[in-house]
Amino acid sequence: MSTQTQEKNSTYESAPPEAPPQLAGLIGEFESVDGVIGAARKVRAAGYKIWDVHSPFPIHGIDAVIGVRPTILPWIVLIIGLSGCGGGLALQWFCNAYDYPFMISGKPFFSLPANIPIIFESTVLCSALTAVFGMFGLNRLPLHYNPLFKSRRFKRVTDDRFFIFIDASDGKFDEKGTAEFLTSAGATAVERIED
Amino acid sequence: MSEASIEFAKIARESDADNTTDDPRFRAPLVVGNKDFTGVTATVAGVSERKPPPAWYIAFGISLSLLGLLGAMIGYLFLTGVGVWGNNQPASWGFGIVNFVFWVGIGHAGTLISAILFLFRQNWRTGINRMAEAMTIFAVVCAGMFPGIHVGRPWLAYWLFPIPNQMDMWPQFRSPLLWDVFAVGTYATVSLLFWYTGMVPDIATFRDRAKTKPKQIIYGILSLGWNGSSRHWHRYERAYLILAALATPLVLSVHSVVSFDFAVAQLPGWHTTIFPPYFVAGAIFGGFAMVIVLAVPARELFGLKDIITKRHLENMAKILLATGMMVGYAYLTELFIAAYGGNRHEQFTFLNRAMGPYAWAYWTMIFCNVVAPQLMWSKRLRTNVWVLWIVAMFANVGMWFERFVIIVTSLTRDFLPSSWHAFWPTWVDLCTLAGSFGLFMTLFLLFCRYLPTVAMAEVKTVMPQAHSHGGHGPDERRADYRPDEHHDPDRDAPRFANR
Repeated sequence: MSTQTQEKNSTYESAPPEAPPQLAGLIGEFESVDGVIGAARKVRAAGYKIWDVHSPFPIHGIDAVIGVRPTILPWIVLIIGLSGCGGGLALQWFCNAYDYPFMISGKPFFSLPANIPIIFESTVLCSALTAVFGMFGLNRLPLHYNPLFKSRRFKRVTDDRFFIFIDASDGKFDEKGTAEFLTSAGATAVERIED
Repeated sequence: MSEASIEFAKIARESDADNTTDDPRFRAPLVVGNKDFTGVTATVAGVSERKPPPAWYIAFGISLSLLGLLGAMIGYLFLTGVGVWGNNQPASWGFGIVNFVFWVGIGHAGTLISAILFLFRQNWRTGINRMAEAMTIFAVVCAGMFPGIHVGRPWLAYWLFPIPNQMDMWPQFRSPLLWDVFAVGTYATVSLLFWYTGMVPDIATFRDRAKTKPKQIIYGILSLGWNGSSRHWHRYERAYLILAALATPLVLSVHSVVSFDFAVAQLPGWHTTIFPPYFVAGAIFGGFAMVIVLAVPARELFGLKDIITKRHLENMAKILLATGMMVGYAYLTELFIAAYGGNRHEQFTFLNRAMGPYAWAYWTMIFCNVVAPQLMWSKRLRTNVWVLWIVAMFANVGMWFERFVIIVTSLTRDFLPSSWHAFWPTWVDLCTLAGSFGLFMTLFLLFCRYLPTVAMAEVKTVMPQAHSHGGHGPDERRADYRPDEHHDPDRDAPRFANR
């Protein structure tokens, strides 16, 4: 018993100090849409690969500046939507024509016109669910931990400021050089983001 | 810069400015009061950060009392049975279904504004879409409740859904009543998705402004870790466009399917092919009326006059007038077809509506839905918030009476005079209707208190500062947003994915 306690104590005492914070990247702050677009163009031209623009609203035309490829989301929605369409038809056939056929008002057990409303609704339902959850999934959200959230400055990204984040794992990244580069691109402030 | 654009720039600086003037060369500013992005954030977030005005507490108290009344009425109904309502044979659909159709109709404006006006690039929708979407969801909650409590044995309400069960029993998919379950269920789900998806970036704003720990945690969880990444925005906008494209036919289908409940029956006055478009027009009319009824006091109480501007109200007034005219046209068509169609039962039904025991309801409907909106032709009247609010209130009353007239006059006097019977609501019916407004208003007031009432991120995109000028174009200080005019110098640049 006593040895165990001792062991515990010693483990506790010899525990290494907390790992030093690692540099995740640098953020540069911009005050206007024009400023951030101009800077983004320079970041791309400088050859950075792992970087992003953060803004309080979607900036029109930024995709082409950064080089974001069109998302595959519409195709996923199409596939799941078509499955919903087939599923809605199959459900009605199974319930009313196969598993428990019963005659009501002399209507046929299975007829397409009567099935259209349900098919339509199931198609829309499946597509809409896919569009939303597919979008969040592709965006890797929800993700409640993000080193960017440690920065007080970055809080204004949901208000009125624009940021360029350059990841430390980028091949061209060099703390001092990248910071100078961001300032020269027009950033009003540059901040270290630690993980 | 021309005179008109200087004029518009001046309007954008004034608080609660009159931005209803039109000049075909320019678009009037949609955000006034000299606001920048922070100004918009502070105005909207301030609604839930400040202590609400005393009127909020009074309204909340009344709403909560009515909600309590609703609970008591439902409890009484469940313990006693549907006999406590005025329903009888032949009027087996009474207030329960009148209220259901009324509330579903109210729930149409939100998705119309967020989906159809989005596809039509009506930028003014950004000021009111969040509030209208919230209203839609709460109206659908009220609507969904009524069939549930109307079935008589609510513990069997799960029979509505295709759930495998020990009786090996399935729903009857050839009935419009079941289509309704799917249509309203899908509509409620898609509206909720639309509302929440649109709100995520704004909840992130609330998260970043939150001062207290509980608020930081709750808004933090709800905002899903949103950080404004351009890659996120790219997929987000695409998803929003897909949702809008899906919701557009959906919103038109919901009230069409509701109208099938009537049109597929053989009852005179119900059995007509005009019902789907007629119901959809009525739903949009009633829904917009409810948005006006809520938006006018909300912008006043919460200081949102610079974001929900006079122009927004005027545009809604115009839609009210247009859809009111469509409804009036449908009333006339119904009368014409009854007269011209030669079906004596149908002829009787329409004479009975206008001159029978429920003529007072019919003429209330005509006055509220067709006559009152005509005031909106005058610009002076439609830009007066009091007149606008009263006309919108009339439209709400009128649309409730429309459903009452359709359901009650047709059911109480059908083919055989020997089966006629009057319908009169009981006190339980009336209290349940009042209670449903309590449910609606309670939810709406809580929404105003705790969630972003205006789509901040979307409003920011229609502000002139949101656009890269880059020195192109004749006037850099223009006060509008023309989405088709993007100058995209990098359009042909090679594209590659970063991560």
